[in-house]
This record gives sequence, C-alpha cells and structure tokens, in this order.
Amino acid sequence: MRWLLVAVIAAATTISDVLQAAAMKRHGEIRDFRPGALRRVLALLARNKLIIASVAAMAISFFAFIALLSVADLSFSVPATAASYVLETVLAKYLLKEPVTLGRWAGASLVACGVALLAL
Amino acid sequence: MNVHASRLRLKTRFFTFLVVLSSVCGNFSLSWGMRQFGRLVSLSPLAYVRAVANPWVALGITLLILWLFSHMALLSWADLSYVLPVTSIGYVLSALAGNLFLHEVISRWRWAGISLIVAGVFLVARTAPHHSGAAS
Repeated sequence: MRWLLVAVIAAATTISDVLQAAAMKRHGEIRDFRPGALRRVLALLARNKLIIASVAAMAISFFAFIALLSVADLSFSVPATAASYVLETVLAKYLLKEPVTLGRWAGASLVACGVALLAL
Repeated sequence: MNVHASRLRLKTRFFTFLVVLSSVCGNFSLSWGMRQFGRLVSLSPLAYVRAVANPWVALGITLLILWLFSHMALLSWADLSYVLPVTSIGYVLSALAGNLFLHEVISRWRWAGISLIVAGVFLVARTAPHHSGAAS
C-alpha cells in the first residue's frame, strides 16, 4: 500500500511539474507584475489545458501525500520526492528539450541523494 | 554581463526566495494544523472540509496557492532542470525549522543529507537559469 502511494506521488508530481513547465515555456517570460497585468495572465492560464491538467495532477499528488502521511512517517514519505528529481531532469532534457549541462546533472543527483539521506 | 541578464538574475533570486519561503511556511502550517486536527483516514469529503476549516490548514493552503503562482512565474523564464534543484533548499530549511521549533532531532545522516543538498543547490545555482531559446 505505501509503495503504491509512493509511486502515485512520484508519478503525479513529475507529470504536474513537466506540464506546468511546458505551459509556462510556451507562455513566455512574465515581465509585467502590475496587478492588472497579473490578473490577465491568470485568466489566460486558468483556461490553459496544460495548466488545468498540471493542477489536477498536483491535487492527486497532494491527496496521495496526505493519505501516505496517515499510514507512514514523514521520514518515509520524503524519499518519494527524491525519485522524482532524477526522473524530472531526464524528462526536462528529452521532453522539454532543456540543455541539461554536466553541472545540472551533478547538482540534481546530489540533491536526490541528499533528500534520500534525510529519510534516515 | 548586460543589464537584461543581471535583471533576470535578480528576478530569479527573488522568485526562488518566494517559492522556497511559501513552501516551507505552507508545509509547516499544514502539518501544525493537521496535528491539531488528528488522524485523517476517511473517504468522506466532509472530513476534508472540516480539516480545511482549521485556521492553520487554511493558512497552509493559502501559502501553497502563493507557491503555485510564484512557481509558475519562475518557470515562465527559468528551466525546470534549474528550478527543481535550486528550490530544494526548502528541504534543508524544513529540517532546520523542525529542529528549532518542534525540537526534532537531526541525526548525523540527516546532516550529511543537508550538506549534499546544499552542495547540489550551489552547483546548479551557478549555472544560468535559462539556456533554451530565449522566451520572447
């Protein structure tokens, strides 16, 4: 049961982040931070299918995380997010076509190992 | 280093700070509220509605909405492979907050984990936030 929840959390988090990143890349850099402009951006993004799917995946991951917390310790739940670091970096390279440099690979791997160690 | 690049760096730092702060405070507030609420093992939506009525849980959700917006803004110009490791400094702050405010013990393994995360964040933060075709 716990490992099933861990798998659901890792998959849902990864899907949510990648969809969100894809949508925001397409939208382009937000430069205007005045309230009116931000409202327009939000209204635009609220109708974006990628963002809607991303928020849905985030909700699945959130409720699965709460469910996991009720059957396992927080320290068990943390490594679920470590697995998604490497997976997301791979997807960022091949799906989002980000040039992942050696420094970023090294950094992401260090962070993933570090998060896994936090569980001990 | 031109003006645009240094402005972008400043903007990236500010939004990274916002993302980390809202996630650390949001999660802290959520877990504090859920502790008061007690075990939530229910399939009934009503139980979740009652949990959300707790002021700490409500504050936590508000902060997580702020997290969502600042995360989206940051991703509009920075790469996911940059944002992901850099914002993970939040794990370190959460562990330190647990140690300071909730008197949780940080074991030697945890200190090792914290050091690895800090090293990883430092490595990635040195790279440019944005490599792929400029967001025009």
